[in-house]
Amino acid sequence: MNLHDITLISFGYFENNFLRNVVENIHHEYKLNIHLREGHLDLSDFYHPARRQYDANKLLQQLEDHFCSDDCKTIGLFNVDLFIPIFTYIFGQAYLGGRSGIASIFRLSNERYGIAPDDNLLLERFSKEIIHELGHTFNLIHCHVPDCVMISGTYVEDIDQKTSHLCPSCKTKLQHKLQ
Amino acid sequence: MSKKISILIVDDEDSVRDSLFNWFMEDGYQVECAEDAKTALSKLESDNYDIILADIKMPGMDGLEMLRRIKLLKDDSIVIVMTAFATVDTAVQALKDGAFDYITKPFDPDDLSHLIRNATRQISLTKENETLKEKVVTLQNVEDIIGKSEAMQNVLSEVESVAQSNSSVIITGESGTGKELIAKAIHSNSPRKYFPLISVHCGALTESLLESELFGHEKGAFTGAMYNRKGRFEMADNGTIFLDEIATVSKKMQVELLRVLETKTFMRVGGNKEIRSDFRVICATNRNLKLMVEEGTFREDLFYRLNVVNIHVPPLRERHGDIPLLVEYFIKKYCTSMNKPAIPIHRSVLKRLEEFDFPGNIRELENMIERAIVIGNGKKITLKDLPLEKNIKITSVESLDELEKKHISNILLKYDWNISRTAKALQVDRVTLYNKIKKYNLKSTNK
Repeated sequence: MNLHDITLISFGYFENNFLRNVVENIHHEYKLNIHLREGHLDLSDFYHPARRQYDANKLLQQLEDHFCSDDCKTIGLFNVDLFIPIFTYIFGQAYLGGRSGIASIFRLSNERYGIAPDDNLLLERFSKEIIHELGHTFNLIHCHVPDCVMISGTYVEDIDQKTSHLCPSCKTKLQHKLQ
Repeated sequence: MSKKISILIVDDEDSVRDSLFNWFMEDGYQVECAEDAKTALSKLESDNYDIILADIKMPGMDGLEMLRRIKLLKDDSIVIVMTAFATVDTAVQALKDGAFDYITKPFDPDDLSHLIRNATRQISLTKENETLKEKVVTLQNVEDIIGKSEAMQNVLSEVESVAQSNSSVIITGESGTGKELIAKAIHSNSPRKYFPLISVHCGALTESLLESELFGHEKGAFTGAMYNRKGRFEMADNGTIFLDEIATVSKKMQVELLRVLETKTFMRVGGNKEIRSDFRVICATNRNLKLMVEEGTFREDLFYRLNVVNIHVPPLRERHGDIPLLVEYFIKKYCTSMNKPAIPIHRSVLKRLEEFDFPGNIRELENMIERAIVIGNGKKITLKDLPLEKNIKITSVESLDELEKKHISNILLKYDWNISRTAKALQVDRVTLYNKIKKYNLKSTNK
């Protein structure tokens, strides 16, 4: 494995085809080797009954402790509703300049908002979220360029408004990290 | 904003601190954490943080108490309080105690981003406001006080050293030397500069009017007092009060003034409530207060209370070197206000101005230049535009007879007492010359 490879680990059910397309989108943006594999976790350990959500801090720590290696960036893919204690929900999170991050598809589907399903849009949203969290692992902070994938987004509408690409400034910073 | 915004997170729960820490780091802020109020306060004593995000419910000192202490340490701190147990009472109390905003845990990520954006905007506006205020003060000082002479430079250095203190100042100097400008310069360079400078021209008011002007009055205190009115001392709270022509104040008012200066408290005319005001006092006079004390017309105790620092502004005749600068300044000032291009002044005119005595000091020079610009032809300031003829600098105090005697004697000597040639040079006839010789008892040294 190369020093700057990316590993995506799916926890829970995802369609193979969907994940292959995600890998393609990530590769298109980062031009790095992407490894895709399945992971198994008993998610009940991370469930918060009062909030009926899953503790993203604990999940990220679990990923960091048991699924990561120093020679690549690892993103855990989930299909459950994530939270951190202070926020009502999150789409994903990562260690800034670290080895790992997590992203969830749970709040990205149209159905959650009473709109007709759109698989392409879901793929696009999930890919953007993974590219965003990967950016943080490469030490990129939130960007102010409106269409940069690194702009902070707290609603799905925010995710739809940005592209799945890094702006020139973020791209330059990434290149420095990769050199 | 060029400098990174710094945030201090205060919460006893590790998970909350870590989550917020990561969130803000991803947003590019400079973040630090404290697990309780005590640690936070000690961090605040040594470091500056732009925003403090604090939990209300913490073991030991709670968030509200910490908020009060933070406000004592640094009044303009932006503190956002958060709690999981929201009640209207705690929210209202937090805002009353000076919190910037209030947020209930858990919150939408967007709410927090919005809150931080607002706080950042507030910080940037406060900094911009401070910068603008500094610029205004700098401009006022640079433009208004003109003078490169040693005497004026000494005055300015005295202003600089006295400005930072809280001491009373008496500015002495002849009328028209710019004593009020010096008072303004002291105020605008002092820590009180963001509060008002209140001027009172004591000489222009009768005793009863001055009393009401200085202390204010209650409605119905005297005929015509239709409303409650704040006095100048009250208006000058946190700022400076400038008492011009202090020597004209009556003996009764001197007693009142002494009491106010000593206690910083007073009552409005017709009122019974004691009012406290924190002001600095600067006085000005063109009289010799010490002499007045000796004569018994000015209270000695009041004199010593006021005369902590004395700044003497020299008259214009003692700093002729500043006249060209002042002339240039007033030409620019009045030409600009009259929408005229700057009018040049001839060197010979400037020389005549430098020879002039200016009993009315800078005020007289200013009026002279204004008049010349108004009545002149607008192309050049000439001698005829200036009322200088009456007051050319007198270098001799000899009488006309003495001057005549001296002049005739000199011409006689020049022409070796030849009467005809001397009379011709003086353009008088021989008889007149003989009469003058007789009158002044002039005698040839050769005879």
